[in-house]
Amino acid sequence: MKETNIEDQFQAKIDAEIKIEPKDWMPDTYRKTLIRQIAQHAHSEIVGMLPEANWITRAPTLRRKAALLAKIQDEGGHGLYLYSAVETLGVERDELLDELHSGKAKYSSIFNYPTLTWADMGTIGWLVDGAAIMNQIPLCRCSYGPYSRAMIRICKEESFHQRQGYELLLTMMKGTDAQKRMVQDAMNRWWWPAISMFGPNDADSPHTAQSMKWKIKRFTNDELRQKFVDVTVEQAKILGITVPDPDLKWNEERGHYDFGQINWDEFWEVVKGDGPCNRERLAARKNAWDEGAWVREAASAYADKKSKRQKTAAA
Amino acid sequence: MKNWPLWEVFIRSKQGLNHIHAGSLHAADAEMAIENARDVYTRRNEGISIWVVESKYIHASNPEDQGAFFDPANNKVYRHPTFYELPEQLKHM
Ligand SMILES: [Fe+2]
Ligand SMILES: [Fe+2]
Repeated sequence: MKETNIEDQFQAKIDAEIKIEPKDWMPDTYRKTLIRQIAQHAHSEIVGMLPEANWITRAPTLRRKAALLAKIQDEGGHGLYLYSAVETLGVERDELLDELHSGKAKYSSIFNYPTLTWADMGTIGWLVDGAAIMNQIPLCRCSYGPYSRAMIRICKEESFHQRQGYELLLTMMKGTDAQKRMVQDAMNRWWWPAISMFGPNDADSPHTAQSMKWKIKRFTNDELRQKFVDVTVEQAKILGITVPDPDLKWNEERGHYDFGQINWDEFWEVVKGDGPCNRERLAARKNAWDEGAWVREAASAYADKKSKRQKTAAA
Repeated sequence: MKNWPLWEVFIRSKQGLNHIHAGSLHAADAEMAIENARDVYTRRNEGISIWVVESKYIHASNPEDQGAFFDPANNKVYRHPTFYELPEQLKHM
């Protein structure tokens, strides 16, 4: 290789689609960007378990209950793959959890909305996991090896999450008028938060350009949002429900749906901690961590005792 | 309290194949690491056998020396069968 500076060499690797691995040299801001993004992603997976956990004991059939439990368990697994991926960048698991509990670290604001009816379980699978999949598929090609590998595992598992949700809604749409109204009501509440999941408009997303240059991101927020709207509107038609957006309309010229403006004031309010369930979610996470302390300590004490006993037996 | 130690997880996906690195996890001891690995990495029959090893026991080559370190294999084309020129009509070789 010619004499170039290390930062140029790094960018040349990225441009050549060579993955960056944990011990490779990387710019400090690349590392920091990844730590923030992957940690935020990990937190979203585990906080995302809470709104769905709300309905496990009230699932209408054993089949639905088994599917919901399996989905929630997967989300826990996704959190664990991602925490492991962040740790390869030199942060400890408990530091990450401290930042979540103190409110310093963020997670996807969608999980700060309440799950009011059983139709919300279907709508979350369809829209929230659907939006997550749209976001995550390009992340499988992310330039950072451990993140990309975690995303590949996650994407393999996500498909069932969306399908079980959509099937649940289809079943309800074959039911009574009250059930159909319940589905439409869930759609009305979740649509806007779901399309907000892609983040601020490109014009208000100052870090996008650098993330795309580093191939952490492959598409902008608005590109992904547009893709999601285009496929989801067709899926809503099959269900027979209405998208709650009076400005939604097919644009022949663009070959895409035009849609209305997201309420960004609400979005930022929820991000800043004032959504309907922010406090409840954080309190649940903290409570699980604090109440679980004795289990973690007991397991460590038991492991210590066992290894000492093995050493004396061997002596 | 400190984190539980970190473990690397290796999974054999089916009889006859190598164990391959799947990822890592925290656990208090080896037994818990194997059980957690089952729940985290094999929820869909991805494995029939699991190895775990505490991450601190893994020694690795240094990526900065990668060039020089692997260089001895670079110029030895004669280690490959295609290096040898043999007549077309020769069969079964
Ligand atoms: Fe997930
Ligand atoms: Fe999911």
